[in-house]
Amino acid sequence: MENIKLQSRRDFLRSSALAGGGLMLSFSWFSEAKAAEKIAALNLSEQWSELAAFIKITPDNVIKILCPNPEFGQNVMTSLPMMVAEELDCDWKNVVVEMGTHDNVKYGPQFTGGSNSIRMYWKPLRNAGAAARQMLIEAAAQTWGVPASEIKTKAGILSHSSGKEAKYGEIAAKAATIAVPKDIKLKAPKDFTIVRNSKKNSEGLKIVTGKPLFGMDYRVNGMLIAMIQHPPAFGMRLKSFDATDARKMPGIKDVFSFKLYDDGFEQGGFDTRAFNEMIAVVGNSTWEVINARKKINAQWEAAGDVKETMMGRGGKTEKIVPGRLETTAKQFEMMAEFDKRLAKELRKDGDPETAFKNATQIIERTYNAPFLAHNTMEPMNFFADVQDDKALVVGPLQAPGWMEPSLMKLLNLPADKIEIQMTRMGGGFGRRAYGSYVYEAARISQKLKAPVKLIYTREDDMTYGIYRPMYTATYRAALDANKNLIGFQVTGGGIPENPIHANRFPAGAVDNYLADGWEIPSNITIGAFRAPRSNFNAAAEQSFLDEVAEAMGKDPIAFRIDLLKKAKENPVGKNNDYDASRYIGVLELLKEKSGWGKPENAGKKRGVAAYFCHNSYAGHVVDMVMRDGQPYVEEVISVVDCGVVVNPDAARNMVQGAVVDGIGQSFYGALTHKDGVPEQNNFHNYRMIRHNEAPKKIDVHFVENDIDPTGLGEPPFPPVFGAVANALFKTTGKRYYNQPFMSEQAKL
Amino acid sequence: MAKYNLKINGEMQQVDVDPSTPILWVLRDHLNMPGTKFGCGMAQCGACTIHLDGNATRSCVLPVSAIGKSAITTIEGLSANGTHPVQKAWLEHDVAQCGYCQSGQIMSASALLKSNPKPTDEDIDNAMSGNICRCGTYLRIKEAIKTAAKTSNAK
Ligand code: FES
Ligand code: FES
Repeated sequence: MENIKLQSRRDFLRSSALAGGGLMLSFSWFSEAKAAEKIAALNLSEQWSELAAFIKITPDNVIKILCPNPEFGQNVMTSLPMMVAEELDCDWKNVVVEMGTHDNVKYGPQFTGGSNSIRMYWKPLRNAGAAARQMLIEAAAQTWGVPASEIKTKAGILSHSSGKEAKYGEIAAKAATIAVPKDIKLKAPKDFTIVRNSKKNSEGLKIVTGKPLFGMDYRVNGMLIAMIQHPPAFGMRLKSFDATDARKMPGIKDVFSFKLYDDGFEQGGFDTRAFNEMIAVVGNSTWEVINARKKINAQWEAAGDVKETMMGRGGKTEKIVPGRLETTAKQFEMMAEFDKRLAKELRKDGDPETAFKNATQIIERTYNAPFLAHNTMEPMNFFADVQDDKALVVGPLQAPGWMEPSLMKLLNLPADKIEIQMTRMGGGFGRRAYGSYVYEAARISQKLKAPVKLIYTREDDMTYGIYRPMYTATYRAALDANKNLIGFQVTGGGIPENPIHANRFPAGAVDNYLADGWEIPSNITIGAFRAPRSNFNAAAEQSFLDEVAEAMGKDPIAFRIDLLKKAKENPVGKNNDYDASRYIGVLELLKEKSGWGKPENAGKKRGVAAYFCHNSYAGHVVDMVMRDGQPYVEEVISVVDCGVVVNPDAARNMVQGAVVDGIGQSFYGALTHKDGVPEQNNFHNYRMIRHNEAPKKIDVHFVENDIDPTGLGEPPFPPVFGAVANALFKTTGKRYYNQPFMSEQAKL
Repeated sequence: MAKYNLKINGEMQQVDVDPSTPILWVLRDHLNMPGTKFGCGMAQCGACTIHLDGNATRSCVLPVSAIGKSAITTIEGLSANGTHPVQKAWLEHDVAQCGYCQSGQIMSASALLKSNPKPTDEDIDNAMSGNICRCGTYLRIKEAIKTAAKTSNAK
């Protein structure tokens, strides 16, 4: 048992409730798409006793668990409630899950992203479940006149050796009046009965029956539909427009231009926006708005350099966004030029200059990758109903708490007058951590004083996105006469950020090490993208290590393990931010599960890569074949160490998804520009991986341990890029240095 | 504007809309049936797939004026409560991640099984490759289709 002191009583709200009877419910609430309707139909009590912020129980023993974090497909609406249910010790069949509203005081940070949901809620949600359980025990003890220490719980039933028994629902109302326990006892992992046992998606039935779950599906009576006409190119702005024809179109309420931020507006870290002044078209229905928007006659002009004021953790800063109209080929030229200049040193161990001077062989390779568009299947959208004294905003958003401060400023309303509700997101991958589309919806509603749903078309979504940056990196390895690795250097840069994680492997494993980086500012908006820097690095570094291993005459897995052993036993430098033992563990298991080096696999064209990010370790072996003259990933073996796996089957689903996504992005993903205009704007010219291109089999294994859970959304994604690059070499005999790999393939 | 009588999920519905309105927006905006999703608007992603006389059709490029007497089935009409073999198989394999593409995937899969009750892997690839899933659930979709093929044939 683990003892944890409660931090604050505020974490555990209580409310009184009326007592009621105890009907045994033997069916699973998950087989009901609409639990609320079912409760009404069965004429069950709706008197919910709130036992801790996340738990409500009715007299009939229906247990409602609120999910604090927005859901974007990582399955938190199942896995987070499982953690509560585990410590509450209830029957999962009796649980209904509901999305919590935005309330950071009551529910904590409510941030979905950075592979953080399970990690950050692992203790708080189990504490809530355990606290509620202890309150139920105490209430039963008082009712039965027996010591609390003699009461046991199992699957939602309280029992005492005297034969007394009660379901949670029967005791819940009294439990809600019990003092919140100060010492919380949590289960040891060996005692888990819900966590570590696969549970089906709590919204599965709603998804397969097409229930309105997503922001796109949200509607209220009298709601208007809005779309935005944004400048056609990054670096342009609105000069003037004539909306006479557009306004005359049927169903159109208004066409107007608006400024997102007022001059001098202090932007928060996630207030990134591509354009500040845009034209809104608002009408009764989507099709009418789409058609009216085409009738706008707008003139655009070069915006020139723009000053932006940022309010970050380090206080207020100002930055100049250059007005250049960018073209991809020129961007690559510029990056190549910067790559040769002196970059800012990020980490240095030993004496890399001398090591390279003394080397008998130097391997140097440069890797490039383009911007990537998120392409969540649900395009950006948001609902806003802004009134003079209050506002309601509803939609798909990864971090409502981050948007609140700017909404307060934009709408001039206090926090308690702004209600933010989160819908299920049709994908996020980092894109929906940036809420400028929320502000756009709010601005439009503010102007019209009406409820409005802003919808992006796919073209909008792709052409004014918040992209994965463009990156480049040059790796150098110094080998001595005995083919030992004596020096390692990486220079990384990008538009507009550099990708280098200076303290990650192989830092710590090489005596003479240098990492440096540079950046080129740009007006093309960038942001999180399923570990943006990591997914580039894992492609570059992991294929470089493969090439170095080859030059040294070593097996690629053995080579990595040798380096990691050095980092483990005799680490070089400080602040190595990975645990070499867990890294080795993943590679060892990967070797075993893939039958690496076994004679029966000798004929396979295999690539391997492993990477650490977001506190977890992941590796893949990719088996590739040529099919109809094109490389095709036929089978993948994946290993992940993310500590305790809360919901194994859902976790496997996410790893399989990361593999498919990784193959797709590395093979085909690219957003290019010509004079600031994105050259891709829909799925006919932005290629996404499809059914026939996905592997036939993806075999997922988790390292079993009792370590507190770490991230899973991001970690399995980056190493796919590297494993694919290495398998391409085995399959085609050529090294692939530039993404997307299939554009490279087409040039061969 | 013009009036159209549409047969949707077995019931007649009347709408008064511009003849060029894609059936996707008729369903979503005018009939409040949001199960059919918008993904691209140009027949590239499959999110909007419905059945038109039993055949998988992209509703985002199908104007209401072209429907005539054809019968429309949407995800809401596949079964009242998720009991269609394809929906059941989807739940059994816990296919969905974000779930946004899945209405379209299910509609494509159910149309496939109607015309080809025992599809090979290649048949599945051919029928399903118009449906994009950014979350990458393709393997589970294939498994679920095979399961559904078994259970529907057993009936
Ligand atoms: S929305 Fe119709 S195919 Fe994409
Ligand atoms: S499940 Fe998210 S796009 Fe398919």
